Amino acid sequence: MNLHEYQGKQLFAEYGLPVSNNKVIHRAEDAVDACNEIGGDKWVVKAQVHAGGRGKAGGVKLVDTPEEAKQFAEHWLGKQLVTYQTDANGQTVSAILIESCTDIGKELYLSAVIDRSSRKIVFIASSEGGVNIEEVAQNSPEKIIYEPIDPLTGPLPFQARRISKILGLDAAQAKQFGQMLPNFVKLFQEKDLSLLEINPLVIKEDGNLHCLDAKINIDSNALFRQPQLVEMHDPTQEDPKEQEAAKFDLSYVSLDGNIGCMVNGAGLAMGTMDTIKFFGGDPANFLDVGGTATQERVANAFKIILADPKVKVVLVNIFGGIVRCDLIAKGILAAIDEVGVKVPVVVRLEGNNADTGSAIIADSDYEIESLNNLEEAAKRAVELAQ
Amino acid sequence: MSILVNKQTRLLVQGFTGSQATMHSEQSIAYGTNIVGGVTPGKGGTTHLDKPVFNSVLEAKEAVDPNAAIIFVPAPFCKDSILEAADAGIELIICITEGVPTMDMLVVKEKIDALGLRLIGPNCPGVITPGEAKLGIMPGDIHLKGSVGIISRSGTLTYEAVKQTTDLGLGQSTCVGIGGDPIPGSSFIDILQLFQEDKETEAIVLVGEIGGSAEEEAADFIAQNVSKPVISYIAGQTAPAGKRMGHAGAIIAGGKGTAEDKIKKLKSCGVHIADNLLEIGNTVKSVLG
Repeated sequence: MNLHEYQGKQLFAEYGLPVSNNKVIHRAEDAVDACNEIGGDKWVVKAQVHAGGRGKAGGVKLVDTPEEAKQFAEHWLGKQLVTYQTDANGQTVSAILIESCTDIGKELYLSAVIDRSSRKIVFIASSEGGVNIEEVAQNSPEKIIYEPIDPLTGPLPFQARRISKILGLDAAQAKQFGQMLPNFVKLFQEKDLSLLEINPLVIKEDGNLHCLDAKINIDSNALFRQPQLVEMHDPTQEDPKEQEAAKFDLSYVSLDGNIGCMVNGAGLAMGTMDTIKFFGGDPANFLDVGGTATQERVANAFKIILADPKVKVVLVNIFGGIVRCDLIAKGILAAIDEVGVKVPVVVRLEGNNADTGSAIIADSDYEIESLNNLEEAAKRAVELAQ
Repeated sequence: MSILVNKQTRLLVQGFTGSQATMHSEQSIAYGTNIVGGVTPGKGGTTHLDKPVFNSVLEAKEAVDPNAAIIFVPAPFCKDSILEAADAGIELIICITEGVPTMDMLVVKEKIDALGLRLIGPNCPGVITPGEAKLGIMPGDIHLKGSVGIISRSGTLTYEAVKQTTDLGLGQSTCVGIGGDPIPGSSFIDILQLFQEDKETEAIVLVGEIGGSAEEEAADFIAQNVSKPVISYIAGQTAPAGKRMGHAGAIIAGGKGTAEDKIKKLKSCGVHIADNLLEIGNTVKSVLG
């Protein structure tokens, strides 16, 4: 799950990490009050969407009057912001963050991720901030440091000193960073983050360190113990069909093709998409019904697939391990009973109770093609989609 | 021979009396697996599926001496259950449960390694040695005793590879699902090492998927340490970047972890690639000649 910048900054503030005075507004008429409460004579207004590249897309602006802030909010709230990180439709702007203006001396980069190879939280820091860090990694790797945090010891002062050196901090700033690093780690661990990125971390003209941006991703597996973060979830930033699927514990990703897929297991679902492509077709979606698929869940999966107007044919590929194929077959028929179906359906059932499942499909009144190997089923689906 | 599990495996089931554990334990027993008991705190002293139930792993260890444990408890309690099994000195711990927080796994993995124990999973189908023992949720009847070792990050994809090698009469020595999470208890490399040392295994199938760099690391290990033929299929060749494909691990992030990169790397390290899912079995057969 992703957070908005303003939510990330709320967390930063909670953990004593320096962020600008700010207010978040959801209605344009609140802009003037927000500016006055923050004070000063310059403000930065930032459209809140779950995507980077907002500045270049016009979603960030420096304003001199509260009235300008209001105009910015009127222009963007509820609109779609398209950046190089979004698709062509962009993301809906659901809030505007208004901040006091920061005098920037120097821009730095700091992030923390879970590194799968070392199996540790690793901090990545560079003196080159405000730019694409992947380019820095490629062009000047000597300007980047990777510092792993041992789960047994936590971050140690010498590690903060090592990062400070790469960041080019002076003695006073290094001391500040030495106090900040344990707080970043604490935030990362306590809130079950999978990514924390501050780009840029800046040295202000007065010499102090300051978090100018905040990008946070949360480990979805840990949401059961993060009620505060669950509250922060913004459904407007997600595909409506993906949200609907999530309600039924289905993993769904919308794609551009016309062959609707329903598969059990993420790996097999990707393998099925690959197979469709191999035979010249194009999948309309990724959909994993999961290992413990019930008849009801299968019915809901089917409805979500059929709700997509692009879908010309549905391919069901189930390898029953935990899940019983006869239940899947009944789920498919129940869904068709309920929503009706105007496109051909090709089903491949294998594994646990596959024969019973195939018999249930064959005995039904609907014209569903049941094939017992994936090659034939995928080829047939591609043929029907043309 | 085989790896990890065999007829000598004495299995303890954690979360034994739950519905999933019950269903899969029944199937494991029917397959011939020696389940020596189970653990459900508060239900110690009772019996379930004709096996003794204990309040703790330590009590079970003293009473029935298990050498492997399989975990079916809900995700919020897996850290506790895995470390309880580790504390009791169970050498092989298999965690089936899906949805364990990554932060929990960072600590669990560190501890398991420090104790010199072996963890498989979480979020995996388990381990099976055909004809000997089934420690997991895979359908037993698609397996056939044979010569191919299978390692996979994905459950149902493993079944697909199993079925193809069974249909061709090759069979499997042992099949290991390492799970699709970012921090698995055992890596491809850990299992490759075991298959390399196993006399019964003649070829190894490595089923990978997009995301992370586990396949690339495995490729380097294979080039240096594995003399047996390795056949690989990578799922997610058509997956778009930035979208998480179900498994917590399966995401192409920042242009990294693509199927194309993984296949290129594996090929350069001498691994035979099955271009598509349907060709896994045939590729093994042609490599073995």
